[in-house]
Amino acid sequence: MAGVVADPKNHLMASGHTACAGCGQAIAARIVVNAAGKNTIISNATGCLEVFTTKAPQTAWRVAWIHSLFENAAAVASGIEAALRYLGKLDEVHVIAQGGDGGTADIGMGSLSGMLERGHNILYVCYDNEAYMNTGVQRSGLTPLDSNTTTSPVGKKSCGNPRPKKPLLEIAVAHNVSYAATASVAWPADIERKVKKALSHKGPKFIQIHVPCPLGWRFDSSLTLEVAKLAVETGLYPLVEYENGALIGVRKIKPKPVEEYLKLQGRYRHLLKLPEALEEVRKVAQANIEKYNLSVN
Amino acid sequence: MKKFVEGSHAIAEIVSKCRPCVISAYPITPQTHIVEGLAKLIADGELEAEFINVESEHSAASVVLGASATGVRTYTATSSQGLLLMAEVLFNIAGMRLPVVLTCANRAVSAPINIWNDHQDSMTVRDSGWIQLYAENIQEAIDLHVIAYRVAEDKRISLPVLVAIDGYVLTHAFEVVDMPEQELVNQFLPEFDPIVKLDPENPVSMGLLGTPDLYMETRYAIAKTMETALTVIQEATESYSKLVGRPVSGLVEAYRIDDAEKILVGLGSVVGSIKDVVDELREKGEKVGALKIVSYRPFPKEVIFEALKNAKYIGVVEKAVSLGADSPLFTEIAATLYKRGAKPVINSFTVGLGGRDISPAQIRQIFEEMEKDEAETRFIGLNTELLEA
Repeated sequence: MAGVVADPKNHLMASGHTACAGCGQAIAARIVVNAAGKNTIISNATGCLEVFTTKAPQTAWRVAWIHSLFENAAAVASGIEAALRYLGKLDEVHVIAQGGDGGTADIGMGSLSGMLERGHNILYVCYDNEAYMNTGVQRSGLTPLDSNTTTSPVGKKSCGNPRPKKPLLEIAVAHNVSYAATASVAWPADIERKVKKALSHKGPKFIQIHVPCPLGWRFDSSLTLEVAKLAVETGLYPLVEYENGALIGVRKIKPKPVEEYLKLQGRYRHLLKLPEALEEVRKVAQANIEKYNLSVN
Repeated sequence: MKKFVEGSHAIAEIVSKCRPCVISAYPITPQTHIVEGLAKLIADGELEAEFINVESEHSAASVVLGASATGVRTYTATSSQGLLLMAEVLFNIAGMRLPVVLTCANRAVSAPINIWNDHQDSMTVRDSGWIQLYAENIQEAIDLHVIAYRVAEDKRISLPVLVAIDGYVLTHAFEVVDMPEQELVNQFLPEFDPIVKLDPENPVSMGLLGTPDLYMETRYAIAKTMETALTVIQEATESYSKLVGRPVSGLVEAYRIDDAEKILVGLGSVVGSIKDVVDELREKGEKVGALKIVSYRPFPKEVIFEALKNAKYIGVVEKAVSLGADSPLFTEIAATLYKRGAKPVINSFTVGLGGRDISPAQIRQIFEEMEKDEAETRFIGLNTELLEA
């Protein structure tokens, strides 16, 4: 399969880490680092990925890797990049900063914006599982509309998260980055291609990868890729690609009803009984389909 | 070379001579002249370094963290709110044993917002695992930066160092100083040779999760290294002093304490004023002296005990408070003496908060009042009209 190194012994993120079964982030992160290759230094934000790969004295990483804090992966990466520039090694080494949706779009937003604005030669990867999973499924700025989380719970007066996702990709694109894309763990070859393409560009670049979380979204751990695929096929998670500010590609879909995606997940169970709220989610998908001209129909 | 120079520009020049490879900073008064000076040296091609202008002090500290972990010498400077915004990163840098050097142009902490000098900012991060050195004057500020790099990067230490410089009082003052030549700094300061670094040729993971099985040992290791740092700072100071051919304060500076019955203890520029008053009172035959603490972290307990053990009266003069308790330096001096069996009359005096002037008259007043044992800290120079209003 594309995007995957044939011999697991050559994976740059080794197996044996402590991620949950079916963790979308674990799959995506391995594809990213394998695509980047061994001449890579990773700056990793605090979060599930950091915790399940580096419980001292063990590490899953076969590339140079550092974790500092929650909100500063982009700034730490900026320092790594500056040091490599000083040493004249920037052409030989890839610098990747990575974090979850909270570490990127909320607490790390300023740090990311600074990194993008300053023009560092860094790829930032956001693993978007749409809530603070490491702390127990609290709502983030990338939690979708009406999603049931522990801090946007469903109740008599609440239909879950009251806001749609922060337009993170557009925020990155607005920084005039040379490359920006969304991807999904359901298409590993696409992730690999996008990482390699991003790394072929000089300057800052950004990839946001949709990574379902069985525990947080409440679905069976065998369904991770199925759920990820449906998010794209319903129009709720458009896969798009920007180069130097211009939209250069989208994954076309034959739009499926959003219910097919929602009904697999406990976080949306309440929605299926609320036609008006469901209609609002349909509108989100429809707006994406129109905005990016996703439909092949 | 002797020159007449502003404190901040002197610091910029000496830091430049220490050849940092990555500098990152965010502007805050009164730190700005230092980083402006460095930016200009780079712009003029006199210093070859990457200067990273960031969007916050949190990121400034994070940038130098990342660069230091990649194995190059780094520098940052800040003050007050900026240091507090860095606080989380400061603990992280120390925990990762990265030898970053930072200048804190000491300034009061808001609210009310106040850009003038006191020590509340650096005192507040005293438990972060950073070595903290306080300068009395611009000359000492220059010397301490060179010593800071040497100590930080010493393989026995591998800890960050904060050099505390009184905002305005030193950063914006002019002084004739002896500025070490580049060759001399090169001689004193070997190339930075990190123990571990981020390197694709030899990949390591840094910043791992420390469970209850091993977290405590990491803190113990830093505590023990701080003890070693007492020796390393002293060694470095002596060797630097020989090289520059003039005396340089080590962990502390004892001033006319040999037969002193009354000793005032302080940090930073206020000690200069205290020394003047000591001279004046000595001329009148009073047995008084001063003890300047240069190294606040590590806290040189034995040296302090030896300096103070024979005094009858000790006053601790501080530009910082621990609201709701006794002031930090007083608490530590009192504990140091008590643990070693000395029982002088020891009193705590808070001075100069938020840039309030400290006059020789007030220092004379403290020398008089220190005989009177009081349970609570005395605030010197309060405007009682304001309090009653």
